[in-house]
Amino acid sequence: MSTLPNPAPLVTQANEAFWAATAEGRFQLQRCNECDTVLWFPRRHCPSCWTENVSTFDASGKGVVYSFTIVRKGAMLYKEAGPFVIAYVELEEGPRVMTNIVECDVETVKVGMPVEVVWHDTEKGNALYRFRPTV
Amino acid sequence: MSIRGAAYIAGIYEHPGRDLPDKTVWDIHIDVALGALADAGLDMGDVDALFCDGTAGFGVLTLAEYFNIRPTYVDNTETGGSSYLAHVGHAAAAIAAGKCHVALVTLAGKPKSGWQGPSFSPGPEAAFEQVWGMMGAPHSYALAAQRHMYEFGTTSAQLAEIKVAASIHAQYNPNAFLKNVVTVDDVLNSPMVADPLHRLDCCVVTDGGGALVIVSPEVAKKLGKTNAKILGHGEAVKHTNNGRIDLTHTGAVWSGPQAFAEAGVTVKDINYASIYDSFTITVLQTIEDLGFCEKGKGGAFVADGGLVAPFGKLPFNTDGGGLCNNHPSNRGGITKVIEAVRQLRGEAHEKVQVPNCQIALAHGTGGSLGSRHGSVTLILGQEDA
Repeated sequence: MSTLPNPAPLVTQANEAFWAATAEGRFQLQRCNECDTVLWFPRRHCPSCWTENVSTFDASGKGVVYSFTIVRKGAMLYKEAGPFVIAYVELEEGPRVMTNIVECDVETVKVGMPVEVVWHDTEKGNALYRFRPTV
Repeated sequence: MSIRGAAYIAGIYEHPGRDLPDKTVWDIHIDVALGALADAGLDMGDVDALFCDGTAGFGVLTLAEYFNIRPTYVDNTETGGSSYLAHVGHAAAAIAAGKCHVALVTLAGKPKSGWQGPSFSPGPEAAFEQVWGMMGAPHSYALAAQRHMYEFGTTSAQLAEIKVAASIHAQYNPNAFLKNVVTVDDVLNSPMVADPLHRLDCCVVTDGGGALVIVSPEVAKKLGKTNAKILGHGEAVKHTNNGRIDLTHTGAVWSGPQAFAEAGVTVKDINYASIYDSFTITVLQTIEDLGFCEKGKGGAFVADGGLVAPFGKLPFNTDGGGLCNNHPSNRGGITKVIEAVRQLRGEAHEKVQVPNCQIALAHGTGGSLGSRHGSVTLILGQEDA
């Protein structure tokens, strides 16, 4: 199993609420109050109808692997990680989010595999959402 | 209004170097500019429009100063490696509108001997992509390849056929970075970089550059040589679509139909195609998206020498492409246009020259298949095409 670094994300005005919630283990999504679209990544305007009338809710943290790759040799902070998986996970709520698949042999990851969120704390007080095979 | 026939590519130049430690990026810009202008029979003083990507300092401001010219029309369109195909389309439109007569497009970069590339400020997506170790193009393209395999049964051996075809062509190009012919097994036995992409599924990393000169019909006529007529152009941005990215297609599904409609031709009319080949999967998806075969059938299309010039179903990248010849500045778009023009002029190597090449297509894919990219399709033809 890979040991991944936990780099702190680039927190900006646009995403600070999202990352603050990760400190409490909450994966927050936004939903448009006008057209019901679920948004990804966090932003002020609904990208379907461009209203600012959007609200935030806690996502289930469950999804399936939409696609993945096993990175055989990482770079920079991931240089010593060993083979690790970058994936798009399709959340139950719809969005496909980029992430890592962890807590399993990288060779066992498959498209369509059910996964659930796990949190890895960064040194900045927030946490990275990664996914493991559903227990 | 259409740009069909409104402009011609009169000058092309590909820097012969692949490792240029002793030249600056600016030297290379000048070298290729002078090369393409000489090829056209023009000189720097004739240039009234300047095009470059976002990697060249302050873009057209930097280059106009360094070239010491005073263009009346400038364009800094930045769509990654497809930028230069966009520049051609934009130059043709500007010429059609009477804004300029002689447009110069240059690309230069040194990723092999000393990176002097772009430093873009992070976009709003950065915080949700960079933390996962996504630090190279192969990782992103691998995501697209994996999904394509899952949905359509595409195999690594089929992807390898694309590299094999490129290598067959590259053996005839004395400037190609990789001149050795490889087999499907060579590709499959090369180290895995990011599953399912092997090392030989990836393009080369080279220094160098290229330039194009696009001129009005009046100028082309005076030059009195075989020029490539611009028949059609289409461009599109494919992105993550609010977290609903579809990794099985590229923006060519949108840029292709625009270009074909403007040119008034179909895939059956294309004698030669330069298809952006940052990775083998880039070619496979693009061929499907442009309509050379059905979606999902690209694997079968490229098998058994389907891309090998001069007699394959779709002779492609006869210079060896980005996979073997050259990917200057980590951007393969300008060499795609250059080889298409060589084919139309009958100046490709005799072993790979498509007989009576009347209509050629060049397609660029800049950015990443796994997130966002700019797709640009150009269709070029002989004078009477």
